[in-house]
Amino acid sequence: MKMEKQILHPNNPSVQPEKAPFRFSKEGIFILLCLAPAIVLVSVFVYYPIIKGSVMAFQNYTLFDLMNIHFIGLDNFKAVISSPNFATVVKNSVYWVFISLFFQLVLGFALALSMRKHFKGRGIYQGLVFFPWAMSGFLIGLIWRWMFNGQFGVINDLLLKTGLIDAPIAFLAEAKWAMASVIIANIWYGVAFFAIMILAALQSIPDELYEAAEIDGANKLHQLFYITLPYILPTLFITVLLRVIWILNFPDIIYSMTNGGPAGATHILSTYLIDKVMFEQNYGQASAVGLIIVVILLSFMVFFTKASKFEKKGDF
Amino acid sequence: MTNAGIWLRTLKVVFLSIFLAITIFPLYWIIITSFKMQKDIFSLPIQYWPKEFTLDNYIQIFKISHFQTYIFNSFLVSIVASFIVLIISMLGGYVLARFKFKGKGQVMGGFLITQIVPIFIGMAPLYMMMSKMQLVNHLFSLMLIYTVMLIPFCTIIMVGFFQRIPASLEEAAMIDGCSRISALFKVIVPVMLPGIMATLIFAFVQCWNELIMAVMFIDEESVKTIPVAMNSFIKKYDIEWGAMSAGTVLSVIPTMILFAFCQKYLVNGLTQGAVKG
Repeated sequence: MKMEKQILHPNNPSVQPEKAPFRFSKEGIFILLCLAPAIVLVSVFVYYPIIKGSVMAFQNYTLFDLMNIHFIGLDNFKAVISSPNFATVVKNSVYWVFISLFFQLVLGFALALSMRKHFKGRGIYQGLVFFPWAMSGFLIGLIWRWMFNGQFGVINDLLLKTGLIDAPIAFLAEAKWAMASVIIANIWYGVAFFAIMILAALQSIPDELYEAAEIDGANKLHQLFYITLPYILPTLFITVLLRVIWILNFPDIIYSMTNGGPAGATHILSTYLIDKVMFEQNYGQASAVGLIIVVILLSFMVFFTKASKFEKKGDF
Repeated sequence: MTNAGIWLRTLKVVFLSIFLAITIFPLYWIIITSFKMQKDIFSLPIQYWPKEFTLDNYIQIFKISHFQTYIFNSFLVSIVASFIVLIISMLGGYVLARFKFKGKGQVMGGFLITQIVPIFIGMAPLYMMMSKMQLVNHLFSLMLIYTVMLIPFCTIIMVGFFQRIPASLEEAAMIDGCSRISALFKVIVPVMLPGIMATLIFAFVQCWNELIMAVMFIDEESVKTIPVAMNSFIKKYDIEWGAMSAGTVLSVIPTMILFAFCQKYLVNGLTQGAVKG
């Protein structure tokens, strides 16, 4: 596949020699015109606000005190980090990302493996199990909020019926249960994405590899470890990387399930940030939280790419 | 079949069944809740199949709110934004895939970085910009924000689609006298229709589902989109689960229909970019 792509994609050296000096040729104007809308819009409405927001992180900038905007160095960061909630927020973020990720990956992998070979009705099956991926996090949060309801929730009913608990649990009202509940909803939502990516990778493995292995007497377990896993490792790597970024920046489920409650027990960094913008309207501190997220993600990415040595394959 | 083979197969069937049940159950639950009588929703023992079916909750939601307006607004914003995203990302993706020029790497890198940095950092400045432009509580603000939020990702995806189509295709058309832009639309677009559909649907669904920005910029009744409206139900009525479940079902239906028809496009289209064998 990789080879083919390069052959199929010559950049037509006769028209545009590599490192051609930029001149306003017909081609140059065409390039500029085609890219201009994307670049201008993204610069004005994505980059500008993000840069402006990052500057706010070092300013005293709250809606209640707009007359008094000035630079305060790292005070916003100090205030955020030393606030009593912050340790919980960080701990929750770690749980939220890694527990969700672990189960999404394992279940998604198992699902993709089970769906690799064709079976009757696979198309419909795939449509059903992949559907959560297209749903909004907000609605998923609502649905699970209703299911986790302490009094009339179906989950309590099922647990009572199977005898796993003796009395209904107020899942979303008790701090120790609330975080587990939102993570369960997030796992339900995210398995499909992993399954989709992994299934696509699995289907690109040539069948001959398995046939040859079979002839050589390799059992299924050997095949899994010596053919399947090495083959899809680059995909796993990219998917995990994308997912970590995405899960950490994904506030919707928590927003609609608990809105960070009870008493801040389910806030993660991104919901904490939104809370600071919408309710406290302390833009400076909100931006500080945002920059903390960026630093965490960047260091994770550097660490992850170094550790897994797949940098070369990691383009997407 | 060997013993191990049978064992493995059974395991697979069991796993697939359990997984299907767990995936479907929440959807099933919200749907049957929406058809239950108010008194049955809040009564024990819980009914796994409603004793009486009713459309009350659906009637209720149109009575207590302007749900038809929210649906219309959601469609308007999502359709406009996703088409604009498609056109812009197609033009950008085409150029990035086909030409070599100074600054190309920086443009791609610039798009990629936006995928890491949470857009929420820019929320406050964005709000101030919108209020200066008098766009708060105006659907145009959402169209604009959704468009810019989606351009980077969709452009990157489009680059992948274009790279998979041989450049000789449009060159042949250009030799036959087509201009580059008409070659693009007459020759290339038909070939990559699946990818284009995937991008369009992806963009539509993202806009349809978006909550946080919508809540930030909209709070007037006439311009609410569905998520904003549902979010305000939470605060207003301390969650009236009958109407809420009806609203949930109604707002999932369009996604469901799109997904049912275009699942293949969507799944293939979006994985092609990331997965290489």
